[in-house]
Amino acid sequence: MEKQNNLLEVSHLKQYFPVRKGLHKIPLKAVDDVSFTIRPGETLGLVGESGCGKTTVGRTLLRLYQPTGGRIVFDNEVLYDSGEQYDENGKLIVDADGKPVLGKKIDKDMLPYRKQMQMVFQDPYSSLNPRMTVEDIIGEPLDVHKLYSNRKERREKILSLMETVGLNAEHAMRYAHEFSGGQRQRIGIARALAVNPKFIVCDEPVSALDVSIQAQVVNMFEELQDKLGVAYLFIAHDLLVVHHISDRIAVMYLGKVVEIADADELNANPVHPYTLSLLSAVPIPDPETARKSQRIVLEGDVPSPLKMPSGCPFRTRCRYATEQCAAEMPPLKDRGNGHFCACWNK
Amino acid sequence: MSEKKDYILEVKDLHTSFFTDAGEVCAVNGISFTLEPGKTLGIVGESGSGKSVTAYSVMQILAETGRITGGEVLYKGQDITKWDKRQMQGFRGSKCSIIFQDPMTSLNPVFSVGSQLKEAILLHTNKNKAQAYDRAVEMLTLVGVNEPESRMKQYPHELSGGMRQRVMIAMALACEPDILIADEPTTALDVTIQAQILELMKELQEKLGMAIIMVTHDLGVIASMCDEILVMYGGRVCERGTADDIFYRSAHEYTKGLLRSIPKNDNLNERLVPIGGTPINLLQMPEGCAFCPRCENAMKICLTQKPEELRVSETHLASCFMNVKELMESGEVNA
Repeated sequence: MEKQNNLLEVSHLKQYFPVRKGLHKIPLKAVDDVSFTIRPGETLGLVGESGCGKTTVGRTLLRLYQPTGGRIVFDNEVLYDSGEQYDENGKLIVDADGKPVLGKKIDKDMLPYRKQMQMVFQDPYSSLNPRMTVEDIIGEPLDVHKLYSNRKERREKILSLMETVGLNAEHAMRYAHEFSGGQRQRIGIARALAVNPKFIVCDEPVSALDVSIQAQVVNMFEELQDKLGVAYLFIAHDLLVVHHISDRIAVMYLGKVVEIADADELNANPVHPYTLSLLSAVPIPDPETARKSQRIVLEGDVPSPLKMPSGCPFRTRCRYATEQCAAEMPPLKDRGNGHFCACWNK
Repeated sequence: MSEKKDYILEVKDLHTSFFTDAGEVCAVNGISFTLEPGKTLGIVGESGSGKSVTAYSVMQILAETGRITGGEVLYKGQDITKWDKRQMQGFRGSKCSIIFQDPMTSLNPVFSVGSQLKEAILLHTNKNKAQAYDRAVEMLTLVGVNEPESRMKQYPHELSGGMRQRVMIAMALACEPDILIADEPTTALDVTIQAQILELMKELQEKLGMAIIMVTHDLGVIASMCDEILVMYGGRVCERGTADDIFYRSAHEYTKGLLRSIPKNDNLNERLVPIGGTPINLLQMPEGCAFCPRCENAMKICLTQKPEELRVSETHLASCFMNVKELMESGEVNA
């Protein structure tokens, strides 16, 4: 493979959930043909409105869901490949009957790879078992992967992890409910770090926290990255936080990535009309800018993913929509400098 | 000063406590503010700072264990804390209404949107059923709900979050209240929908001229919406002033810390400066300044004395020994 330096390569990832509608089952396309890469030690921010599939992307990567299609390569090993083949333009290769030509299917057992890929969940209240002490919560991944030889070593590892995330040793025997939201999120992060992963999916890790605590946790993510060189997929809806922490940002809308670029580049020169309105809608904590800024207020709501519009999913709310948008989904095209955007008109 | 201006709402030294098994929790400790017709007051603070309790105290919709233990809430000069249940029912809805944070749990799932809207209108006005229906449709149109007639028959679960919040706003405004309390009205919504709702609230304020109390933790929302801002911490106001006062000339260590800890466009490549420690436990209030245990610049006096609100400029008050001392020394403020 030519792109040796990517830690994670995701191509044409699809995740459909069957939804019963009367007698029929129709697919809800939560993630539809999403491709991106993450380099070692890099943070890719993933933003989008609720229901756009950003959490599903994170969970499918870790194979908490069985993907419907696509290919996941982690550390030069193919973890999953549905066998679908694509031509150079990203079109699915089909045979005469319109069925996809299938190659070799790969579906590896995830247990050994979970040592390298971990997850921090959104809600620090429901993602920690209330019946387990902090020591057992952080120690569970160590137990699963048998990463210690005796009880003393286990305890030492746990205490050093707690120190890494800024918890005191005397917290070890307490239960999750005795902690505040910020501290609970630290426990969740310590649990993810226990196996020394190369890659962590952070699913809205700071949205449940108070403003003053958010900064503590964001800083900790950045410090851990500097120290341990771990890569993040940072999923959040708060664009300011994402911009702060990410090297690159991908914007999702209704299961599709519509734009992906360098964090600063995306903020300075957004191309896709959806990104533009998303950025302009962020309330800026600065009265001067707030007075000057012109919000591009989008009309209407996100369409239901069960009744996806044809072609580009954003066209129903887009000012620039044309007939071509209704006919065909625009491909993610390189606009230079690693700035990719999927739009016919921009 | 208070004689000169015509306030729609005046809150004086409000105290609200919750009586729990663990003891009395003083959620609000002496809050005072005034609200002029057609203006927007923002109350900002972390969870547990007492911002929502302040709003609920005005409406007297506290949980069972909660009680207003002192102070006055004057609506057009009348102290509503002394009103009985029936008078309060006349106040809620028709004089003052509230929008809650979560539009899913604050609408009743077993009644259609229309019947809930009509209920509010029938309860608070003299309209008959047909008139109430017309009014409900009119309100839905006003808040930008498309096809209002067919929406009337729908149930809350059939609507999206933004639509539900619009219905909540329509319901709150149906009886043309003088005051609208918005308790985190956009926290549960996505940014693009949040922008829609905020624009809508501004528009409606211009059209109908009600005063808004905006309770939120989002400094971004506060910056763009409010004429006056109260920053709360530990049940007290630590700073108040116009948006410019708070954001550009903040004179309280907590406000300063809060502003440093949020990502902005000008500090993207630097580390954020978080406020250390954890938010205050209301059961163990410190003797002195509530923010003192987390304050980097705390002085001896902060440990023992609660700072009074001191005037920094005509519109700007702060209760912080540290900052007021500095300002006094530089001659900007006279004690």
